[in-house]
Amino acid sequence: MLHLSAAVDQPSVYDAASYVDLARLAEHGVLDFVTLDDTFARPGLDALSVLSRVAPATHRVGLVPTVTTTHTEPFHVQAAVATLDWVSRGRAGWRLDVSTTEGEARLFGRRHAAPAEELWREAGEVADVAARLWDSWEDDAEIRDVPTGRFIDRDKLHHVDFEGSGFSVRGPSIVPRPPQGHPVRVVDATEGPARRTAARYADVALVRVANAAQAGAVRDQLRKDAARFGRNPDGLRVFASLLADLGDGEHAAEPGHGGGGPRQTAQGPLYRGGPVDLAELIASWHGSGAVDGFHLTPAAPRRDLERLVNGTVPLLQHRGLFRTFYPGSTLRDHLGLARPANQYAGEAS
Amino acid sequence: MTRQPKVKRIHLAAHFPGVGDTTVRADPRSKPQIGFSSFEHLARTAERGLFDFFFLAEGLRPREHKGPVQDLDVVGRPEYLTVLNALAAVTERLGLAATVDATFNEPYELARRLATLDHLSGGRAAWNVVTSSDALTGENFRRGGFLDRADRYTRAAEFVATARELWDSWTPEGVSRPFAHRGPHFDIAGEFTVPRSPQGHPVVIQAGDSDEGREFAAATADVVFSGWGAGGCPPGRHRTRQSSLEAGKAFYADVKRRLAKYGRAHGDLKILPGVSVVLGDTAADAREKAAEIRRQQTSPQTALLTLEQIWGTDLSAYDPDGPLPDFDPVPEYGITQGRTRRGDTVVIAEKWRALAEEKGLSIRETVIEAGGRQSFVGTPQAVADELDAFVRADAADGFILVPHLTPDGLDEFVDRVVPLLQERGAFRTEYEGSTLRSHLGLAAPEQKG
Ligand SMILES: Cc1cc2nc3c(=O)[nH]c(=O)nc-3n(C[C@H](O)[C@H](O)[C@H](O)COP(=O)(O)O)c2cc1C
Repeated sequence: MLHLSAAVDQPSVYDAASYVDLARLAEHGVLDFVTLDDTFARPGLDALSVLSRVAPATHRVGLVPTVTTTHTEPFHVQAAVATLDWVSRGRAGWRLDVSTTEGEARLFGRRHAAPAEELWREAGEVADVAARLWDSWEDDAEIRDVPTGRFIDRDKLHHVDFEGSGFSVRGPSIVPRPPQGHPVRVVDATEGPARRTAARYADVALVRVANAAQAGAVRDQLRKDAARFGRNPDGLRVFASLLADLGDGEHAAEPGHGGGGPRQTAQGPLYRGGPVDLAELIASWHGSGAVDGFHLTPAAPRRDLERLVNGTVPLLQHRGLFRTFYPGSTLRDHLGLARPANQYAGEAS
Repeated sequence: MTRQPKVKRIHLAAHFPGVGDTTVRADPRSKPQIGFSSFEHLARTAERGLFDFFFLAEGLRPREHKGPVQDLDVVGRPEYLTVLNALAAVTERLGLAATVDATFNEPYELARRLATLDHLSGGRAAWNVVTSSDALTGENFRRGGFLDRADRYTRAAEFVATARELWDSWTPEGVSRPFAHRGPHFDIAGEFTVPRSPQGHPVVIQAGDSDEGREFAAATADVVFSGWGAGGCPPGRHRTRQSSLEAGKAFYADVKRRLAKYGRAHGDLKILPGVSVVLGDTAADAREKAAEIRRQQTSPQTALLTLEQIWGTDLSAYDPDGPLPDFDPVPEYGITQGRTRRGDTVVIAEKWRALAEEKGLSIRETVIEAGGRQSFVGTPQAVADELDAFVRADAADGFILVPHLTPDGLDEFVDRVVPLLQERGAFRTEYEGSTLRSHLGLAAPEQKG
């Protein structure tokens, strides 16, 4: 099964309607999810808030904001992501990222910038504690036992007693377990330090590489590492992440790009060409088993997302490679990922 | 336009209780407290009623009682800024107020999330600044621990001031200017990522009745969410209509008097107590309903729990239908954690025992009689009259209604009381502006820097 996702980033856009429009467009194209990037380092709204605003205005498409784990509180972050899952009825994801610059550190004044290695280790701890907190309420913790007046079964709420290298959390969460059990975790696994965290905790790993062979190699390594961490590698989806500039007409693959393939740029691998060629590229990378899906960042947000949805997607559907409707309602359903079992179920608190 | 400047306009807001003993979950009309549809229904009802805003309280850790989590109340809640952003999609004018603790958050991040909500809602964001007082909550956060009361309020004051510096750091023309703030609690610098939002500054609400709380409100807040201002009453004091009107007037006068010191005018701060309303077709009918609701909210188990919280002692051997304990509470002993303890428990216990003795009440009857918030109980006409009377007497500028049923606990009020308030010119008949500041009649903040 082929998976498709797209970024809805729009520099200097601060009104809700533009984000709703793009997310609806992506939903019209039956995409698995949209991402919205975020950083304290450049102008932009809080991404999780924007996608919460988008949630009631959409019905099926997954919503994946970037939330940094570096200067934020793990407890607040997991509660916000769980709540995005509640307000979207099971469509929340979370793209974990770290804040590496001293400039970002100064905005908080609590610690200095740290090496990526250390920050990604912490991001892994945040991913871990988030999962524990999502599990800290069992699914059936809420009861309504009128004779005893009990509203919850207190044996089904759990302290998580997490001790990380730089923080600790006692729990339980204040938010009951969200509809997906665990909202979907996405990590850009291109760089070394992030890759280990992705192999261990991500449901979807993004890799920014310019050809299918490299993508396949990273995917193999991620799956091997996942297995080493005791995971079933089939629970990890690997997506190729490409910038997509579809503005050059139907078949205008740029000469010199390796037959229309992406080329490496400072912003990441850039695909430039028409929607038809993009469909070809997607079909061929996916067909060779190099990736499970794609994450496309439109170069011109509206134009290129439209071309993707109205051009590339129908072609892939026509070839029977991509779904024509959402068979399920949650993001996990779209990705073919099971709802995780609760790690505390059956344990007394 | 039917503006009648002679009449003092009432401000109304809606509270989604979510947790605690305000809800009656045994009632079949009580729906899930966490699913989005419940929030959506209550918010849409509040907007249909032309309310100023929709209000969510916060708790960052389930309360624990005698060990594990306290199981008699609803204890789970969503994270509120996330819910309010979603509600911005299904409402158009209603203000959206989130309670967020100033102790376990950082100004840069929170100011950014609030400014984002203000942008995405077109100018409807509000922040209820609270200062958590218990160590239990601290165990979930990087900073750990907790702060004593004085430090909590100095941190909160610096927090709000810092947030306002950030909100002022972009010019209305969209130019970002670097900021730098150095104070005892925060030493930060850089650039804010969000342009000036529609309200300039989201509305700031304060909840907390102590002297420090009142001073903080007078210095910095736009709205006070008062616990016993117009109505509620200090724990342990027996309520009458007259005494709560007097208490409300005293609180109102006290807080408004403090404004001058900060160069602020009387109308710059609105005082809105949290109240509940019970309606009936006749006065007797309403009274009966109110009594039944209090009984449902106060099960025998809840009555004992309430008592244990005051006495600081395991009272499971006591009969809820029997008399109160005849010994004094154990001071400073926290049998329940995660709940803000207010007042001196020995004094409360004394008052409760006096009340029980005077009226011959059991434990459960005493809790029902002495506990609970101010209620307006009666026919729609009587309740409209009374709400209006409280506002005219300067015991309040309006009310935050706390329904006992989620999600449709406001429907009847909106259908039956709002039209009566409108008829007498005491409440708006349409939203006159689009921002929460305009609903509250608050001026746009001056931009500093
Ligand atoms: C009406 C009212 C509502 C409050 N709501 C909350 C709340 O939702 N969350 C919270 O953490 N504290 C809440 N508080 C607690 C206050 O923020 C404050 O921490 C508490 O009153 C202790 O402060 P004090 O020392 O000024 O009384 C509320 C207080 C009052 C009076």
